[in-house]
Amino acid sequence: MATISTEMSGPNTRECKTTGLPVCLDAQFFIRANAVMAVVFLLLGGIAAVSIALTRWPAVHLLDAEWFYRLLTFHGINMLIFWILFMEIGILYFACTSLLKTPLFSRSVAWGSFGLMVLGSVMTDYIILSGEADVMMTSYLPLLAHPLFYLGIILFAVGALIGVFNFFATVFVAWKGKRYGETMPLVAFGALTAAIIAVVALLHGAIALVPTFTFAMGWTAEPDAMWYRLIWWGLGHQSQQVNVAAMVSVWYLLSYWTCGAKVINETVSRGAFVLYILFINIASAHHLLVDPGVGASWKIWNTSYAMYLAVLASLIHGFTIPAGMEVGMRIKGYTKGLFNWLWNAPWRNPGFSAFFLSLVIFGFIGGITGVTLGTQQINITAHNTLRIPGHFHATVVGGTSLAFMGLTYYVVPLLFQREYSFRWLARIQPYVFAGGIVMMSLGMSFAGSDGVARRTWDIDAAGVYGATSHLMLAVLGIGGVLAFTGLMIYVLLTVYAVFLGKSNEGSAMEDWGTPRDIVHVGDVDPEKIGKDGNAPGTMVLVMVLLLSFVVYYFANWKALADLWFVR
Amino acid sequence: MTIQSPPQDWFHWPRGHERLWIGMALVWCMIMFVMMPYWHFNGKQNSTGESYSVEPQEFVDRTLRFAEDNKVGEFKGVPIAEPPPGGDAYLLGRMWNWYPVLKLRKGETYRLHISSADLQHGFSLQPMNMNFQVMPGYDHVLTLTPTSTGEFTIVCNEFCGAGHHMMIGKILVE
Repeated sequence: MATISTEMSGPNTRECKTTGLPVCLDAQFFIRANAVMAVVFLLLGGIAAVSIALTRWPAVHLLDAEWFYRLLTFHGINMLIFWILFMEIGILYFACTSLLKTPLFSRSVAWGSFGLMVLGSVMTDYIILSGEADVMMTSYLPLLAHPLFYLGIILFAVGALIGVFNFFATVFVAWKGKRYGETMPLVAFGALTAAIIAVVALLHGAIALVPTFTFAMGWTAEPDAMWYRLIWWGLGHQSQQVNVAAMVSVWYLLSYWTCGAKVINETVSRGAFVLYILFINIASAHHLLVDPGVGASWKIWNTSYAMYLAVLASLIHGFTIPAGMEVGMRIKGYTKGLFNWLWNAPWRNPGFSAFFLSLVIFGFIGGITGVTLGTQQINITAHNTLRIPGHFHATVVGGTSLAFMGLTYYVVPLLFQREYSFRWLARIQPYVFAGGIVMMSLGMSFAGSDGVARRTWDIDAAGVYGATSHLMLAVLGIGGVLAFTGLMIYVLLTVYAVFLGKSNEGSAMEDWGTPRDIVHVGDVDPEKIGKDGNAPGTMVLVMVLLLSFVVYYFANWKALADLWFVR
Repeated sequence: MTIQSPPQDWFHWPRGHERLWIGMALVWCMIMFVMMPYWHFNGKQNSTGESYSVEPQEFVDRTLRFAEDNKVGEFKGVPIAEPPPGGDAYLLGRMWNWYPVLKLRKGETYRLHISSADLQHGFSLQPMNMNFQVMPGYDHVLTLTPTSTGEFTIVCNEFCGAGHHMMIGKILVE
């Protein structure tokens, strides 16, 4: 890894012996704290996850109805909000300090943020488990939970906002002092994108949840149920775009650390992040496509993110990230044929395999299903069926969570300065987890296509679901168990490393395995690789993606055309 | 590369494969966008969101009146109502049943009013797998033409409390 001179120095800083990056010790402390909390909530959410999956597997049908709905609520909140946001605050602190060579703006602000997030998450979890908030993550009015359920989420959101403020303040100091040079590094730019979208998302959350909290307390009138849906999804969907932006940034980071990836074109990659900021804020519409109260033109314009310009951004990253990796590998000498660079990638490095599997699962399963199901009319065949969780487990779990797991294999050695033990287990962990998530996601998607509803305890309502549905629900269950196994390997290895792992203070981390430079054969000029914007292997891969996309998309229109007529 | 400040001349228009891909992706995005207005005017399955404000109790009354006026039989204790072809039909979602059972004719078009007496519900017609949101306070009108016959089940697919999974209804088509 390249060494960069550090302008940040002083008693509160150390230089990373592996990356050469400056490490702000304040930031390091809070990254550790946030990462620990994240893993705790991942474990809690995971235990709920496997219980739910085993309930929807007809042969097992583990929980009773009450606990199924309770743990489903618990699972959604702990995974989508607590695990991911604690991780993201940690990522933001890393990006604004080490990458921008600037000390963290304020310790006390970071304490305030962390304290509120812990308080809010513990409060919410306690209320859910005590049975006072069986309302699902979305808590759609007029369904009403205990006031502390909303207060917990609000406190957590305020804590996260304060953390984001700390990030912005640090970025401002860095920008003022030109501490990182003229132009912000790409990964930090992606983190900045995530932070901007997070502010908009969290404000929507406040607008939806504060009146709901005051209503639950009996202080104000009941907010309109449709209004709540519209605003709540301003939080619910946009926070997923925060995850996308953070995940894409992590992809850029891990592809660089594990394969020496280059950025083919800074303008294109940055432009794609800007498209996220500009067009993400209308994403709420995806959830209202078969709702009353909003008309067809509103649905069409908003659900397409104004003509799919945010989808375009993801399609662009879907090219630039593998292309950057391809160019990096070709420069190292892996120039033979179309895919020599791919076969020689460090598949035994869990940071790499997690990144690459995350990219593939997010693109091929999450992305294609998401855009198709989010098509206004096609949504008639998908709304509130298992197709929806089938989609978002491929984006948020197979995509974001897996990418964050890959990142952890670097965070622990670099910022906790502890090495992983049982390294062979870590090497297979991303494959186990990814395999489980893919099975689960496909099981959900196919069962949903068969009409099986999401968020329902009875797997066979009135006997309307046939043998195919039962088979697919079994695939869901088995995939869930496999994914949980991967999750437990990750949690146990990480906890062991943090508390009992071998210290690497004062030296570089043990390399997970990175491709070495080899001698270029033939008349290749390494200086010129990628400068022309070409990446032939990646071009083939994205063509396969596009073809799959087109086939799936039009197959869904065909299926829609067979239904009853409705206007 | 990705974590360092780029060189000063970092602004470049895309070239080569990258430009080709961006162009193809943009064209695909536009095709997907055009598909929705195209289907809105030419397709037979659309969710136009036609809806009217209604007090939940008022909707309950309308549905009871509709079920009484158009009753043609009973299905497990629930009245079966057969609306006139081309006419209005009412379907009430409430914790935890659908009321009444509807009897429709294939090829005829109905204005089906759906709303809720209490929480949000999900109208999920099986095995057709057509899904619409049901909101209290909103009279959601689906202009519906059955194109197949048989016994269809309405499953609630929006979580509505402890008995959510027991909320089953029927539509019979002749």
